[in-house]
Amino acid sequence: MNAAAIRTQFLRKEFGPKVAVADLTLTVQQGEVFGFLGPNGAGKTTSIKMLLGLVAPTAGDGRVLDAPLGNVAARAKIGFLPEHFRFQDWLSGREFLDLHARLYGISNVKRETSIKELLRRVDLQDASERKLKEYSKGMLQRVGLAAALLNEPELVFLDEPTSGLDPLGRLIVRDVINELRAQGTCVFLNSHLLSEVEITCDRVAFVKNGSVIREMSLRDRIAGDSPPNVIEIELVVKNITPNLLRELAQFGKNVQQLNGAIHLQTENEARIPELNRWLVAQGVDVYKIGMAKPSLETLFLQVMGEDARAG
Amino acid sequence: MRGILTISQLTIHEALRKRVLLAALLLGLAFLVIFALGFYFMNREVVLAPRGPETQAQRALIYIFLTMAGLYAVNFLMVMMAALLPVDTLSGEIRSGAIQSLVTKPLRRAEIVLGKWLGFWVILAGYLALMAGGVLLIVYVISNTTPPNVWMGLSLMLLEATLLLTLSIAGGTRLSTLANGVLVFGLFGLAFIGGWIEQIGTLFANETARNIGVIASLLVPSESLWQLAAYTMQPPLMRDLSITPFSPASVPSNAMVVWAIGYTLLVLLVGLWSFKTRDL
Ligand SMILES: Nc1ncnc2c1ncn2[C@@H]1O[C@H](COP(=O)(O)OP(=O)(O)O)[C@@H](O)[C@H]1O
Ligand SMILES: [Mg+2]
Repeated sequence: MNAAAIRTQFLRKEFGPKVAVADLTLTVQQGEVFGFLGPNGAGKTTSIKMLLGLVAPTAGDGRVLDAPLGNVAARAKIGFLPEHFRFQDWLSGREFLDLHARLYGISNVKRETSIKELLRRVDLQDASERKLKEYSKGMLQRVGLAAALLNEPELVFLDEPTSGLDPLGRLIVRDVINELRAQGTCVFLNSHLLSEVEITCDRVAFVKNGSVIREMSLRDRIAGDSPPNVIEIELVVKNITPNLLRELAQFGKNVQQLNGAIHLQTENEARIPELNRWLVAQGVDVYKIGMAKPSLETLFLQVMGEDARAG
Repeated sequence: MRGILTISQLTIHEALRKRVLLAALLLGLAFLVIFALGFYFMNREVVLAPRGPETQAQRALIYIFLTMAGLYAVNFLMVMMAALLPVDTLSGEIRSGAIQSLVTKPLRRAEIVLGKWLGFWVILAGYLALMAGGVLLIVYVISNTTPPNVWMGLSLMLLEATLLLTLSIAGGTRLSTLANGVLVFGLFGLAFIGGWIEQIGTLFANETARNIGVIASLLVPSESLWQLAAYTMQPPLMRDLSITPFSPASVPSNAMVVWAIGYTLLVLLVGLWSFKTRDL
């Protein structure tokens, strides 16, 4: 078995009195698409920065691509899209990619073909001669994504890669991630957008206040990781009234609305027919009732606790 | 090395694109035109006038004095550029985060600092060559005069620019653009005032004033380098007069040059270390 792409032990970063990352202990396998999930300020960006050698850990240790953190040679195999992407904006898109390819030491011949290919992949062929100054936020993010892939990396860090993107842009990112997965590239994805992570990631870690509080695979989410005796009921009715939501509390916890449906959690499957009978008795028009695979959002709230929303 | 060269190219490219350099060049050209006109008319109306100086040696003194005045202005423009051009190259990119995509490339952080340093150094050397070359050429064409030790003098001026450039780059590794600008100009001002206090102290034989000046020159040897450059490029007769602003009463010693070189290297090393060890 190959060495892990990322392995850290008790990585910690303090900024003065502020503990940004408390004790990051994490293993990410090669070829894995790994989601690093947490509210703003949880320490996601700082974690990536430590892994890349941008920020020196206060304590702890780690290896990336089997080299010490910040190792210069290893960076040749790493791609990075920073969160607050700011680039040399007096350059055109093509010049920008060419500069970054040169910094990776990619040969002249190779540069031209791979830049052309990447411009196509992030749908910026038409804008390639325009100055980055004139790019929209979404275009900058896409050209930044292209720059992160110039060296055909083994490991790519994407810090909130869809924050500036419209739905089409998000689709591009998702496709790119899927292509990377197919090529066996490891992707470390920072995000607070749950739906995005849910679609793209193989495994996630939830971070809060600088600590990983839960790691789980998204491939067998219900089997292993939910507390065994919690099931989630999904309910679609004609009119959702505040009164109804209040009364549903007698059937389970965490009553909430999700995408037009009502979700609630209970311990016992037998509650479903009970609930159904009650709804009919109340004269509620039921369109759908059943067990839901808990969405990542539900899990997130469960794992993070109630204060997560505010974060 | 590849990294250093790529970063220097980028630095020069940026300076060209951002039109800072264009502005400095236009300013410089305007100055050269004014200098040429001034020199031409001074020559015709004053030096070659019927009641002007009689001996060739006297005329040469006036020519060299005017050349020094021209080079003094060039020195001023160059010093401004040396301090200002690089003032936000690191601080600005650190602040904006643009630096993050550079330092995560397979480069040492030192290569980024050295690459920027080299890029600006090439720009400054080119600017000095153009401006000082322009002044000297104008003087030569009109009066057939060239000051002595020109290469030595210009090298000292370039060393002065290099020193300020290095301070500006090193400061930018930790300070904000504004703080860095204040620091570099503050140090330059200190050296400038210190230089004059030393001259006046020497003229009036005031030990205290002289010592204050020497200490200032040791803290920032930039002004001493200009004074030494001006002194070097004058004929002995003019040096002895000690009456022009370019004939220092107290001549900086060669040890000052050694100190300036060591100082520049030291500041560069501190800058490299400071950038290497900081969070980005
Ligand atoms: N350079 C810094 N100086 C001081 N505090 C910082 C610095 N960088 C991050 N922090 C703090 O550390 C915490 C984690 O930040 P960050 O890693 O950016 O979180 P995330 O990316 O999860 O939103 C935040 O509270 C943030 O304010
Ligand atoms: Mg972040």
